[in-house]
Amino acid sequence: MTIRVAVTVNGTEYARDVEPRLLLIHFLRDELGLTGSHWGCDTSNCGSCVVWLDAKPVKSCTVLAAMADGRSVHTVEGLERDGQLDPVQEGFIECHGLQCGFCTPGMMMTARWLLDRNPDPSEAEIREAISGQICRCTGYENIVRSVRWAAKHSKDAG
Amino acid sequence: MQVPSHVEYERATSVEHALSLLSRPDTRVLAGGHSLIPMMKLRLAQPEVLVDINGLAELAYIKLAGGELRIGALARHADLLDSALAGEVFPIFHDAERVVADPIVRLWGTVGGSLCQADPSEDLSAVFAAARAIAVIRGRRGDRMVPVREFILGPYETAVGRGELLAEIRVPVIPGTGSAYEKVARRVGDWSVAAVGAVLRLGGAPGKPIVEGAGIGLTAVGAEHFVAAEAEEFLRGRAADAESFTTAGAIAAGHCHPVADQRGPEDYKRHLVAELTARALRRAAGRAGAGTNGAGTNGAGTNGAGNNRTGTNGAGNTT
Repeated sequence: MTIRVAVTVNGTEYARDVEPRLLLIHFLRDELGLTGSHWGCDTSNCGSCVVWLDAKPVKSCTVLAAMADGRSVHTVEGLERDGQLDPVQEGFIECHGLQCGFCTPGMMMTARWLLDRNPDPSEAEIREAISGQICRCTGYENIVRSVRWAAKHSKDAG
Repeated sequence: MQVPSHVEYERATSVEHALSLLSRPDTRVLAGGHSLIPMMKLRLAQPEVLVDINGLAELAYIKLAGGELRIGALARHADLLDSALAGEVFPIFHDAERVVADPIVRLWGTVGGSLCQADPSEDLSAVFAAARAIAVIRGRRGDRMVPVREFILGPYETAVGRGELLAEIRVPVIPGTGSAYEKVARRVGDWSVAAVGAVLRLGGAPGKPIVEGAGIGLTAVGAEHFVAAEAEEFLRGRAADAESFTTAGAIAAGHCHPVADQRGPEDYKRHLVAELTARALRRAAGRAGAGTNGAGTNGAGTNGAGNNRTGTNGAGNTT
């Protein structure tokens, strides 16, 4: 049995017939070909699969695609706007926030969400925000620096 | 790759619609899904039908009414943590929500879902048990009220029957009450090794506070109904001081039933129960004293107790 799932992803509408048990991360990667979001631990621990569902971060390995029907999703592919990288992306480049890059999409989606709510977060606030996400390179120092860089260089800041 | 087994999906458009869908056999409510979906992936849960209630905005609220804090079952953990009202009347909710899972999970996991999951290690069961909360279970023939202490029948088993839905949790707000939650976990976002919630009502003469009522909830240590009933009984009418609280901790530790597992041996967990009970009681007493009513404000032995868990709560030491 399949059901029709219509989702707006990064502003583009998509509709697919899928099994109700399909997880959002697989919907994004396998049905829509949006492989920027990474499928990691599969147990909602690592946060590599974090996307926004209706503007709130969610671990997309723990949400059914069916639950996103009629809602909007934002993924790492949507961070760039009009050919301009988001300050969070620039920060990760400037401060070497990527090592192997696997956790990066989830980290950046959480970082963007944090900065939207708190444009000038302290190091402790950044660490708390990403405390549900794991960098197995243990690159947290640089990730925190990257987010701080983004805060400093955001056009909206200050 | 972990995939749930085949399941039907229904989206409830109203509470009545949900109740009608839930009258089918082998149906599970899908709210935040952050416990249910992982269990479905592991095939520990294999419902035939999921009823998604995420669209039922009428169940997502936190308000004061009828002398009670009323929490809609669909309120998210983050909503409770962000609620100034909840923090003011029951700081225990903020203590606990700060250590439930992680910030992303808290955006989706629901208060009602946590209670209905009835996981023995889940934090809010002990919190609501300590606060002597009432669960409002809605069915097609109306509401029934079940004390949270009777709501959880055993691991993963609750009083919610077929065709019913947990709609609301009501927490009586009683002047002179202070509350606190103390948890020890191995790392941020992990289940408790042990945790203790305390809700204290103080009376007595100024400077000599007496315990008029105590609620003590225990997490993850096999306490019957998640409470330390013997310790609660001991405290009633006693001086609200450090000595009483330490003794209450020892009683609580003696009457719970922790099991050794990867989170620690039994004696360590009992030690935690004793210490965390005393700490939670001290903080609760301090907060009761600092509250709006005239219960004694000094002498509870709580100087500075409020300072050790503020701020980011050690989240910087993430994995």
